Amino acid sequence: MSALLFSLIVGLLAACGLYLVLRRHSFDLVLGMTLLSYAVNLFIFAMGGLKIGATPIIHAAGSDYADPLPPALVLTAIVIGLAMTALLLALAIRQRQQQGDDRIDRDEDASC
Amino acid sequence: MPLLLLLSLPFVAAALLTLLPLRGRVLPPWLAAGAPVLGLSLLWLMWPGLVAGEHPVLHLPWLSAADIHLALRLDGLAALFVLLVYGIGLLVIVYGRYYLNHERDTRRFFASLLLFMGAMLGVALADNLLLLLSFWELTSISSFLLIGYWGERSASRQGARMALVVTGAGGLCLLAGFLLLGDIAGSFAVSDVIAAREQVLADPRYPLLLCLILLGAFAKSAQFPLHFWLPKAMAAPTPVSAYLHSATMVKAGVFLLARLFPVLAGTDLWFSIVVPVGLATLLVGAWQANLQRDLKGLLAYSTISHLGLITLLFGIGTRESAVAAVFHLINHATFKAGLFMTAGIVDHETGTRDMGKLGGLARYMPHTALLGCVAAAAMAGVPLLNGFLSKEMFYGQTLQAAPLGVIWLLPVLAWLGTALSVAYSLRFAHGVFFGSATGPLPHTPHEAPRWMRVPIELLVALCLLVGMLPGWTVLELLQVASRSVVGDDLPAIDLALWHGVNLPLLMSIAAMLLGLVLYRWPGKLAWPMGRLVPEEGGKRSFDALLAGLLQLAHSVAGHWQRDTLRRGLLRWLLLCLLAGIWPWLGQIMPAALPLAPLQRADIPPLVGGGIMLLAALVCVRWHRQRVLAVLAAGVVGLMTALTFVLYSSPDLALTQLVVEVVATILLLLALRHLPTPHHGMRESAARRWRDALLALLAGGGIAACLFAVLSNPVPSLSGYYLQHSVPLGGGSNVVNVILVDFRGFDTFGEITVLGLAGLLLIKLLQQGAGSSADAPAAPMLRLGVRLLLPFGLLVAVYLFLRGHQQPGGGFVAGLVTVVFLVLPVLAGMRFSRLSPPRWMAFGLMLALVTGTGAWYFDSEFLSSAHGHLHLPLVGELEWATAALFDLAVYLLVVGAGWALFTRLAQYRPEEGA
Repeated sequence: MSALLFSLIVGLLAACGLYLVLRRHSFDLVLGMTLLSYAVNLFIFAMGGLKIGATPIIHAAGSDYADPLPPALVLTAIVIGLAMTALLLALAIRQRQQQGDDRIDRDEDASC
Repeated sequence: MPLLLLLSLPFVAAALLTLLPLRGRVLPPWLAAGAPVLGLSLLWLMWPGLVAGEHPVLHLPWLSAADIHLALRLDGLAALFVLLVYGIGLLVIVYGRYYLNHERDTRRFFASLLLFMGAMLGVALADNLLLLLSFWELTSISSFLLIGYWGERSASRQGARMALVVTGAGGLCLLAGFLLLGDIAGSFAVSDVIAAREQVLADPRYPLLLCLILLGAFAKSAQFPLHFWLPKAMAAPTPVSAYLHSATMVKAGVFLLARLFPVLAGTDLWFSIVVPVGLATLLVGAWQANLQRDLKGLLAYSTISHLGLITLLFGIGTRESAVAAVFHLINHATFKAGLFMTAGIVDHETGTRDMGKLGGLARYMPHTALLGCVAAAAMAGVPLLNGFLSKEMFYGQTLQAAPLGVIWLLPVLAWLGTALSVAYSLRFAHGVFFGSATGPLPHTPHEAPRWMRVPIELLVALCLLVGMLPGWTVLELLQVASRSVVGDDLPAIDLALWHGVNLPLLMSIAAMLLGLVLYRWPGKLAWPMGRLVPEEGGKRSFDALLAGLLQLAHSVAGHWQRDTLRRGLLRWLLLCLLAGIWPWLGQIMPAALPLAPLQRADIPPLVGGGIMLLAALVCVRWHRQRVLAVLAAGVVGLMTALTFVLYSSPDLALTQLVVEVVATILLLLALRHLPTPHHGMRESAARRWRDALLALLAGGGIAACLFAVLSNPVPSLSGYYLQHSVPLGGGSNVVNVILVDFRGFDTFGEITVLGLAGLLLIKLLQQGAGSSADAPAAPMLRLGVRLLLPFGLLVAVYLFLRGHQQPGGGFVAGLVTVVFLVLPVLAGMRFSRLSPPRWMAFGLMLALVTGTGAWYFDSEFLSSAHGHLHLPLVGELEWATAALFDLAVYLLVVGAGWALFTRLAQYRPEEGA
């Protein structure tokens, strides 16, 4: 049951992120990427299975541990995601400074 | 070990050259000459062993999984090439010292030359096909540097690029061929491959691999129709042409034919590819050489022609013909290098290479003229010179082979080719040094400096000695070299000046006469056909091909991203959807989802998931109200952190929590410069619904994949990490041990990315950096900051120290530090002594030092040692060197995070922008 729930939430979260990524302004794109990266991080994290109460810290009595590899991969991804958010923000700010707003495409009003 | 020395001398010398001071003009050539002198002495010491049939080998395991080893072997053929590369290299360095006497800085020239020298030695010595290929590519790259030495001239750039593209493309074919060959033979060791001849020939892939390998060799050796790059490469300084385009690089192709001769040669396919290509190259090259006005162009085409001759001999495929090929290879290297150097002197002293203007130079430079004429006579195959001997052998071999059952075809065409070569040799010797000059020359010619002529003198002396006393001079070398091409039972090599009156001698005399006639009366008798092949044809097709490729790239990109970025994004999304759905089509979806009844344990996740979704929807629905959307996204992040807590990952939870704080502050800071847009309409409903549908489809796909994985657990490789974390890594927090130890190299790459992002941000938001003038004065906040800061930093230290054993570590500690360091900035306090780039640089260097430090203890890069450490107050700590690496991570995260924050906080757009 929790697997199904988890999958659905991740899927919906990704959908929210994608919808925002497709919006008109750079800032929406940043928000969308943030949501999308939550979804992707959870997705990768879940590849090791979902275990409750099995922290991968070795102790004398323990034998059942959660998979430590996906968390290790996701941990750096979270930090790099932060750096990417900041970078996108910087680009959006420069764009606004030069063009007056943070629209992604200048000349698309007619086409969409 | 001597082998390694033999190979590495030029590389060492090249590295030393780059350390020399800029001003010295005397030192670079001396240093450069040191490598070949030492190398030749080394070869001299090893020579008796080689004659006795010893082949020193060196085998250092390297990438064993890919069967790539540092395997070297000095057999006869390799020794011949080492001799050529070092010998002619030495002469070229001496010559180049004077040729380049106007250049300000010759270090680059000599360093590139040495690099090339080392690469050629590697090709010769490698006993592993893939190692050979690596050196092969290195010759392409170093020759690119050398041809483009005068990079300010457009001809140099074009010539260099063309040579690189053609030989590089050949290298790719070669790689494919080698992979097939190694696959069939079961090993990439050259000796194993040679032993597997029967298997290789019987394999159905033999034709394919033969074509690929030959393509590579032909591109390198400028065989028709891939020959066009060589004349363009004449834009190189003449010493380079003398080295690369006479003796060494272009010989790499024929060297490969010789190297793989024992495996690949002797089949009908080999004969019917290699012979026609060699023959065509011989004729086209010789023909074109007669039409050139440029002195070096003549030599370039004549080189092409002679390479064709050698290829043709290898193509005939008998053992005798292979010996003849090796012999001509030696001879051609000696006389052609001399000729190039002569042409260089003419160019250097007169200022032109245009044969229309040159003439009668023998009056001004009699010594050079004499040398040039003898070398040209060797090229023409005049008796008493080495070219005569190998030409006789060549005739002899063509008389043996009968392609298509026609016995006269090959001899007649070969004879025609040599007659043409007599004609262009005459053009070179007579046309330049005799007759009268037709136009004024840029400089008044005079004799070249003494030491520019000495290398040519040596080469010409060799031509004469080999020509007159072959048995005493070259026979031993030829025997040693040929043995590794055709095997130990050498055919009898009959090197003599006089074999009696026989067919080859008559052919030789007839060729001389025809050549004389062709030269003397070009207008009446010769060239009725005009240009055999359009001279610029190859270049033009090459240019057209490149232009076409660019055009194709343009049109694909244009079609794909014709209009706006958003549409491009949409198309990518559609493509991904399609690619994702494709494998599912036709599959039967599970009939019923395993819906178990709801249990107590499911309730917290259900509630948490609900909150998360709600927040995400708020973020989407009110994304135009940016502050609200940021806060909603923050809620999603917090719920993600809780998810990590629930599913046993405290490290992730900690990181996510801190990142969430940092990211929210960052976004809010950015909002000062990105206010909610108020102008314009909302996007059309149709567009929004379309995007929502697409996003839902994609999200559904992701959910389906995830559910599929979760309901069919697969075995993971993590058992290894769990088992070895404590004994090998000395830490019980497995996630941290993976990050800083097991997969430390990954982390190293990731913190580099982080550093780059920080640097980029610093550059992007440079305006207003360091100012905090208009920050609000907030005394309470400042007081709070003063109180909080030490505690915050203490928390960071605590998190860092426990990281290896308990949740924590460099990443989290770094982020916590950043959060607390940011407080003073927000409070408008001056607190910017930190230089983020310096922190990041320190971090990266520390990571590198810890990583390479492991080498000192004979371990792999980034492997860790651990032990116990007793700290006062803190107590017993299990401490690993990986902690140093973690410290590097910490430094870098602080530097990068600090850069992100301060730049966003202090950014002030310029007025009026």
